Amino acid sequence: MPSARSSMLDRAPSETPSDIDTRSRPVEFRGAGFTPRAGRASGWIALALIVALWQLAGSAGWVNPLFLPAPSAIAVATYKLAMSGALWQHLGWSVMRIGTGWLLGTLAGVIVGFAIGLSTLARGVGITFISALFPIPKIALLPLLILWLGIGEEPKIATIALGVFFSTAISVYSGVDAVPRNLIRMAQSFNVPFHAIVRRVIWPGALPSILAGFRITASVALLLVVSAEMIGAQYGIGAFVLQAGNLMQTDQLLAGVVILSLFGLAVGKLISLLEAKLLHWR
Amino acid sequence: MDLIADHISHRFDTLAVLNDVSFTVRTGEVVAIVGPSGCGKSTLLSILGGLLQPSGGAAELRGAPPKDSLNPLTFVFQDFALLPWCTVEENVAFPLGHTALGAAERRAIVDDALRRTGLSDFRRTYPKQLSGGMRQRVGIARALAVKPAILLMDEPLSALDSQTRELLMEDFVRLLADGAMGAVYVTHNLEEAVRLADRIVVLSRRPGRIRKVVPITTTRSERGDRNAREKLLVLQDELWSLIREEAIDAEREVQHA
Repeated sequence: MPSARSSMLDRAPSETPSDIDTRSRPVEFRGAGFTPRAGRASGWIALALIVALWQLAGSAGWVNPLFLPAPSAIAVATYKLAMSGALWQHLGWSVMRIGTGWLLGTLAGVIVGFAIGLSTLARGVGITFISALFPIPKIALLPLLILWLGIGEEPKIATIALGVFFSTAISVYSGVDAVPRNLIRMAQSFNVPFHAIVRRVIWPGALPSILAGFRITASVALLLVVSAEMIGAQYGIGAFVLQAGNLMQTDQLLAGVVILSLFGLAVGKLISLLEAKLLHWR
Repeated sequence: MDLIADHISHRFDTLAVLNDVSFTVRTGEVVAIVGPSGCGKSTLLSILGGLLQPSGGAAELRGAPPKDSLNPLTFVFQDFALLPWCTVEENVAFPLGHTALGAAERRAIVDDALRRTGLSDFRRTYPKQLSGGMRQRVGIARALAVKPAILLMDEPLSALDSQTRELLMEDFVRLLADGAMGAVYVTHNLEEAVRLADRIVVLSRRPGRIRKVVPITTTRSERGDRNAREKLLVLQDELWSLIREEAIDAEREVQHA
């Protein structure tokens, strides 16, 4: 068998230099790929296909509804939950815990993040503490927090606030660090006072990172509220999902999961709207 | 108001950047600072503008600034330093935000600065929607808004293409024509230096010290004439021969760094 090199050489005499000079041929296009676009329709179509397949599997009896109820059964369970008022009761508790915990954690995280971003002393102390405490799974602190704060709402809210705090502080000081120094020097060159530089240069400059942090902390809060409610709550989506699981009511269990997913999507959408409004200049 | 570089020296840790640099920028005078890469031109400008404390010597002001000046020493930056979240109008108004001026006064100042730089039709545009030349115009309008006594220009045209550079150079000549405003103009480009400056301070390679101060006697308005242009070309060649060897050494040093 001839080698690749010899076969190339063998072909060479068939094309004379004059042929190559006179024949025009298109330049091969080499710039394709590496520009993925988010196709909205394709995502929805894929989702609809999977739900349809799932429904088909349930209706045809291919899967045991106890282990995987059909989407229609989940929809019925969700409807019944909404009509009975149980859904709103559970959701209300979860939203209250997430909202309070997220707000407290975010407020503290923004303050500490800005302090670390702007002060040498705060940076020295703060980064050490955050590095040491950030990796701890915050849900592991819930028993300790129950011991300290009692068995009411406080330990659950504190767990969420702690989880949100660390991620927020990190995203805020990273955002402050990422503000181009030339903009700060520009403001200084016009004698703009410190507080005005923070408000008019550093805050808007750090905002993309802060809002990206919100996206992460919203997920963290959702994760922690479900975990905390599973450990010690009577009401809340996490408690409801656990109860449904214990009673083998998988349609209700999955209804709870769908509600959590919709809640996460709604929060994500809210943050997207916030980004569109506040970061329209990007 | 004069700006004085008084025996300025500077080190970054162990690296000596400037060595005993002294000169005076007199009222309305344009002084260009040229020299090989890394000779400390931008560092010197930062020291003159109070953004960096020198290791030795001082930057000083002599005489009162113009009465209506809100920021006597005002920078025009190489990278424009525009706030991307602000419109053109908001960027120009930015340095006025913390002053005691009323809203109407601020608006009048911004309108005037936009008109002088040909930006009136772009006031609600964001920086990312503008070309490099237009962005630098915003930087210039922002500087004009505070009525500076001396503009501190750090390679203001180096990020721009040659045609835009030429157009902005004409704008600079026009803005500096009445002698009300002086400038320190840091540049690599000798053509820009001889077109704009009344005096050119030539720095040696690092640590930068003054090798020569070259006065230009032709007025800026005359520099467009054919005869004057030829003279300026000769001067440009002389400056280049003064810098060339050190520029080669500086480039090698950068490559080995």
